[in-house]
Amino acid sequence: MLRLEKRPQPSRLFAYATPVLAVLATFFFGGLLFAALGKDPVQSIVTIFWDPLFGEFSFFYRPQLLIKGAPLVLIAIGLSLGFKAGIWNIGAEGQYIMGALFGAGVGLAFYPAESALIFPAMVLAGAFGGWIWAMIPAVLKVKFGTNEILVSLMLVYVAEQFLASMSLGLLRNPDGMGFPGSRNLQQYPSAHNADLIANTGMHWGVVAAMIAVIFAYVLLARHRLGFAIRVTGEAPRAARFSGVNPNRLIIFCLGTSGMLAGLAGLFEVSGPAGQVGIDFNAGYGFTAIIVAFLGRLHPVGIVLAGLLMALTYIGGDIAQGQLGLPAAAIQVFQGMLLFFLLALDLFTNYRLRFGRTEVA
Amino acid sequence: MDLSAINPILLIAALMSAATPILLAATGELVAERAGVLNLGVEGMMIVGAICGFAIAVETNSPVVGFVAAAIGGALLSLLFAFLTQVTLANQVASGLALTLFGLGLSALLGQGYVGIKPPRMPDVNFGFLGDIPIIGPILFSHDPILYVGIAVVAAVWATLKFTRMGLVLRAVGENHDAAHALGYKVVRIRTLAIMFGGACAGMGGAYISLIRVPQWTEGMTAGVGWIALALVVFASWKPWRVLLGAYLFGGITQLQLNLQGAGVAIPVEYLAMSPYVITIVVLVVLSADKSAAPGSLGRTFHASN
Repeated sequence: MLRLEKRPQPSRLFAYATPVLAVLATFFFGGLLFAALGKDPVQSIVTIFWDPLFGEFSFFYRPQLLIKGAPLVLIAIGLSLGFKAGIWNIGAEGQYIMGALFGAGVGLAFYPAESALIFPAMVLAGAFGGWIWAMIPAVLKVKFGTNEILVSLMLVYVAEQFLASMSLGLLRNPDGMGFPGSRNLQQYPSAHNADLIANTGMHWGVVAAMIAVIFAYVLLARHRLGFAIRVTGEAPRAARFSGVNPNRLIIFCLGTSGMLAGLAGLFEVSGPAGQVGIDFNAGYGFTAIIVAFLGRLHPVGIVLAGLLMALTYIGGDIAQGQLGLPAAAIQVFQGMLLFFLLALDLFTNYRLRFGRTEVA
Repeated sequence: MDLSAINPILLIAALMSAATPILLAATGELVAERAGVLNLGVEGMMIVGAICGFAIAVETNSPVVGFVAAAIGGALLSLLFAFLTQVTLANQVASGLALTLFGLGLSALLGQGYVGIKPPRMPDVNFGFLGDIPIIGPILFSHDPILYVGIAVVAAVWATLKFTRMGLVLRAVGENHDAAHALGYKVVRIRTLAIMFGGACAGMGGAYISLIRVPQWTEGMTAGVGWIALALVVFASWKPWRVLLGAYLFGGITQLQLNLQGAGVAIPVEYLAMSPYVITIVVLVVLSADKSAAPGSLGRTFHASN
C-alpha cells in the first residue's frame, strides 16, 4: 500500500525537478494527444519545440521568441508577487487590454504630431491604465473584503466590451472606411514601439520585461516588502504579528501586477499588434498564469517558463501550417502542462512510502 | 427606441431560460463548496459540457442523450480537479484555474467539426390546458424540460442538505474536515463525489447554452457564465433557494439588456453587454460584509496526517 508522508522540509531537489518532469510528462501525453488527432507524435513535438529554434527557418522564428515571450514574462512577474502572498489577480487579461487602450489613446490623441515625448507619455498612460483597472479589485478587497478573484475576472469581460466599443467608436480610424480598429501605430513613428535592433524582436517591451525581472528579484531577495510578501504567503497570522499591513500589501501586489500587465498591453499595441482592434487581446493574461506557476513564482524561473511558453505559441503556429494541427491543441497542451506541474508538486512537500498505513 | 416592444410576460418567461445555465452551475458549485471545496473550474466544466452535449445531441439526434453526455463530460473533467486537489493535494485556486484553461482548449479542440451545425431541438413540455392560463401559463408552463430539471435540482439539493444524513455528513466535512475525519467519515471520498456532482451540474448548464439558449456551437460561448455562477454562490450565502433567486436576478439582467439592445436603446450595445458583469461586481460588494455563512474548511487542503 502506498501512502504519503509529509516531509519535515520541502525538498529543494523536487522544487527544481518538478517543472522539468512536468514538461517531460506533457511531451509524452501531448504526443498521445497528437497521435489521437492522427498526427505523428514525434514529428509534432519536433516541429513545435525544435524547428523554431534550430530548424531551417529559425532565423525568422527566433525574434518571435522575444516578441511573444516579453508580454508573458512581464505579466507573470507581476502575478507572481501576488500569488506568493495569496493575492490572486486573475484579471491580467483585462488590465492588459486597458493598458493598451489608455496607451494607444494617448498616442492617437497626438496624431499626427511628431515628438520624442509621445512614446514615453504612452508608456505612462499604459501603465496607469493597467494599474487603475487592478485598483478596482484591490480597493474593493481592502474596503469591503470582496473576493479579488471574481472581481478581477469579471473586469476582463468588461474590458473586452470596452475594447469593442473603443475600436468601433472613439478610437476608430477616421480613414479606415468604416472598418473597426484604430489607426496603425506602426505607421506613426512617434508612437511606434519598433525593434531597437532591426529584425531581432528586441523592442521596449523586452527591455521592460528584463527590468521587471531584476526589480522582482531584488525585491524578493533583498527588500523588506519582498520579505512581507513571502511571510504573508506562508503564514498570514505570523505576518500580521510581525507588523505586515495586509491592506498595503494587497494594494501593492495588485497595483504592480496591473501596471505590468498594462505595460505589456501598451508595448503590444504600439509594436507587434500595431492597432486597437476587437480581437486585439490574445490571451496573454491567462497564459501568464501558467508561466508564473511553471516558473515556480521565481523571477528567473519565470523568464525560462515565459520563453518555453512563447515557444509553444510559435511552434504551434508552425505545426498548424505544416501539419494541420488545430490551434486549440496548443491550448490543451499548455493546460496539461499546468496540471502536471500542480500534480507533481506533491513530491516537493510529501514523500511516498511503501507499507501499510499505521493505525493512529 | 421603442420600449413598448418589450413584453413583460415574455421577458419573465425568457429570464427563467436565461437563468437556467447559471442556476445549474451554481447549484453544483454550492454542493462542492458546502463540502469544503472551492472549484474555480466551473467555466471550464461548463464549456466542456456545452460541446459534449452539443456533439452527442447532434450525433444521436437526441437532445436528452446530449444532456446526459454533458453531465458525464462535466463530471469526468471535474475528476481531474478532484485528483489534483484530493490526491496530490494541489492548491485549489491554482487547480481550478488550470481546469478552466484546459477546458477552454479541450472544448475548442472537440468542437472543430461542429461549427455552424444546428442541434436537434428540445421540445417544450406539454402541460395541456395549464399552458393556456393567461399570464401564468406562458411564464410557468411554456418551457423545455431541462428548465424544470434545474428547479428540481435546487429543491433536491436543499432537501438533501437540510433533512438527510447524507447532507449532514457533507456539511460536516465542509465545516471541519478534521473533526469529520476523526468521526470516521471518508473526507476525500465525499469531497470527490461532491466535486463530480458539481461537474455534472456545470456540464448540463453548459449544454443548456449550446443546445437551448443559443442552439449552436462557438468557441468560448459560455463567456463568463461560469464565473458569474461562482459569484452567485457567495451571493446566495451558500443557500440553495437563494441561488435560485440570484440566478433569476442575473437571468433578468441578461435578458433585459438583450431586449434593450433589440429595442434600440440609445446606450451602445457594448455597454449593455457588460452590464451583467458590472452588476455581479456591485452585488459582490454589497454582500461581501457577511461571510459568516461560508463553510469553515472552504478552500483548505485535507491530508489525514496533518
